[in-house]
Amino acid sequence: MERIQEKLQILADAAKYDVSCASSGSKRKNTTKGLGDATGMGICHSYTEDGRCVSLLKILLTNHCIFDCAYCVSRKSNDIQRAAFTVQEVVDLTINFYRRNYIEGLFLSSGIFKDADYTMERLVRIAKKLRLEHNYNGYIHLKSIPGASDDLMQQAGLYADRLSVNIEIPTEHGLKLLAPEKNRADMIKPMNYLTHKIIENKEEKKLFKKTPSFAPAGQSTQMVIGASGESDKDIMYIANAFYDKFKLRRVYYSGYVPISNDNRLPAIGAAVPFLRENRLYQTDWLLRFYEFDVKEILNESHTQLDLDVDPKLGWALRNMSVFPIDINTADRHLILRIPGIGTQSVDKICAARKFGRLNVEHLRKMGVAYNRAQYFISCDRQPFRPKDYSSENIKKYILAESNSKYKKVNTNQLNLF
Amino acid sequence: MKSTLPIAAVDTSIYVYDNTFEGLLTAVFEGYVQKHWQARIVTSQQYSPQLFATKYVIETNADKATRVWKGLLPTMQKTERSCLVKCFLSELPQREEIIYQYIQYALRSHQNIARDYGNKYVMELAQIVKMVGREKHRMEAFVRFQKLGDGTYYSVVEPDFNVLPLIATHFKNRYADQRWIIYDIKRKYGIAYDLDKVTQITMNFDMENIAADNVVAAYDEEEVLYQTLWKAFFNSVNIKERKNMKLHLRSMPHRYWKYLTEKMI
Repeated sequence: MERIQEKLQILADAAKYDVSCASSGSKRKNTTKGLGDATGMGICHSYTEDGRCVSLLKILLTNHCIFDCAYCVSRKSNDIQRAAFTVQEVVDLTINFYRRNYIEGLFLSSGIFKDADYTMERLVRIAKKLRLEHNYNGYIHLKSIPGASDDLMQQAGLYADRLSVNIEIPTEHGLKLLAPEKNRADMIKPMNYLTHKIIENKEEKKLFKKTPSFAPAGQSTQMVIGASGESDKDIMYIANAFYDKFKLRRVYYSGYVPISNDNRLPAIGAAVPFLRENRLYQTDWLLRFYEFDVKEILNESHTQLDLDVDPKLGWALRNMSVFPIDINTADRHLILRIPGIGTQSVDKICAARKFGRLNVEHLRKMGVAYNRAQYFISCDRQPFRPKDYSSENIKKYILAESNSKYKKVNTNQLNLF
Repeated sequence: MKSTLPIAAVDTSIYVYDNTFEGLLTAVFEGYVQKHWQARIVTSQQYSPQLFATKYVIETNADKATRVWKGLLPTMQKTERSCLVKCFLSELPQREEIIYQYIQYALRSHQNIARDYGNKYVMELAQIVKMVGREKHRMEAFVRFQKLGDGTYYSVVEPDFNVLPLIATHFKNRYADQRWIIYDIKRKYGIAYDLDKVTQITMNFDMENIAADNVVAAYDEEEVLYQTLWKAFFNSVNIKERKNMKLHLRSMPHRYWKYLTEKMI
């Protein structure tokens, strides 16, 4: 017992910097009266003290690794405890945690031992055993190991719900610096292969309903933020290309937590760039749910996201000519752009205005952040307001009212003395 | 979007029903018969005599309830109609008024009003449904089964709203090959799955005691091991450099900790 506990501690600790936690988006039904069901939305079963959710048993198969990537805690040259699970141990942990409703499924990654195929084969074997021997229909997220054979990738897609390759360092230049043994093309290759397979599978499913699913929850990737000097524009353009070209379901952004004294990287004790990470996620949401084009938010004249205001508000303040937008008549596409109105409120607004005109009270009740939205909308029963609002003034008013935990970094607030 | 009826007489009738959904629908039916559009509908526990008010005791009647229930369908989807059940399960004091007024609005509009959020009652219903839905989702997340020696997986919960009827299907689909019990300690009943169907159960002994020592005595031999491993895992995935207690508490409020293996002391 003590040994398995020790292994679990080492290999969970090593896996925790991978931020992917999604357990949704699959369509695996429990039709066989077996264990588990991965149809509905994802469920976060617990939350750690850092506020992140725990939905999957997120572990490495082993933290032995032949690579020496500077940003990685499991790099070869790092003097840490090493451990490895057996296939059976991972299977037992998954099943027993799942049966107790601790988790939505398994997220299995691994250091590279021996070579890519050898590692990938172990990962696939675990997924296969869970599916075939234990009749397990819960969620499985596997890492696709760059360099593994197509045949193994194919099998991984059959048994896993989601596959991911972490790009980690957004630019090729950064990768050369921090992980000279790796190259970008190798990382993209499995992603490309899987994209084609997933699309192919979807087409096939349209024709033959019984075709087995192939990675039904798609692919994702992760980039480390603040380790290698990229601009927000670099990062978001790459993310955008991933969504566009490879049809990824998610790109994760992980603020670099200093774990090394390597002078190519921020030193131990340096602050984790929380706020920047947050702004990148907000931008990501604007691209995926708010019909924004990445070029509207980041471009040649605007390569970094504002830290004091969120990207949606920032865009609005730079494009005041678009506003005010009439809640009662404007297109959904435009309403999505109003600061203080989220997608759920947009849905409510578009449904409710078919029955009658909406006023300020209606909006408040629907959950619109009216204090923020008021500068950008027109609707019924709006109190009189002076027309001379400039971007700077609006920004000042909104910042004065907001209560962000990041408030101390606001730079535009007036100093009295 | 208008919510007031043309008949404006001040109603001073109070309908007392038996705290079942069927009883509430019967009360709605009687309200229509008597044209008491503003009648207050309360449970017998809530009822207190009022000067100038007439009390009507509602006898729950399946036929009358069904007529109201079916009457909603011509304009409404079944999923939209089921929101009324969710609102009822919230046990909030305003639930009867909202349900009664919502049904009136739905029946006299000859179109589907389920998304007319400009209407007071439609909006309030939507808000309560959202709260109940959130609690349902929390229970799907925070149930922690403990495996007993006889192979049953047992869990105690204390949800804010009466959500066990809403989570039964989720657990049945997910844990189709294991016996399980989820017991609501606040409302003193549970749901149990016997590898075939889910049934409601009540227990005729004091659950408060069971929850403590006796359950531990009845554990499966591996139960303690997996609880220990789960706690070890939970502590290992935390990134100390990113500590954010405010977010932690918002996602997992204190009141749920009592039954969460990883947060129990």
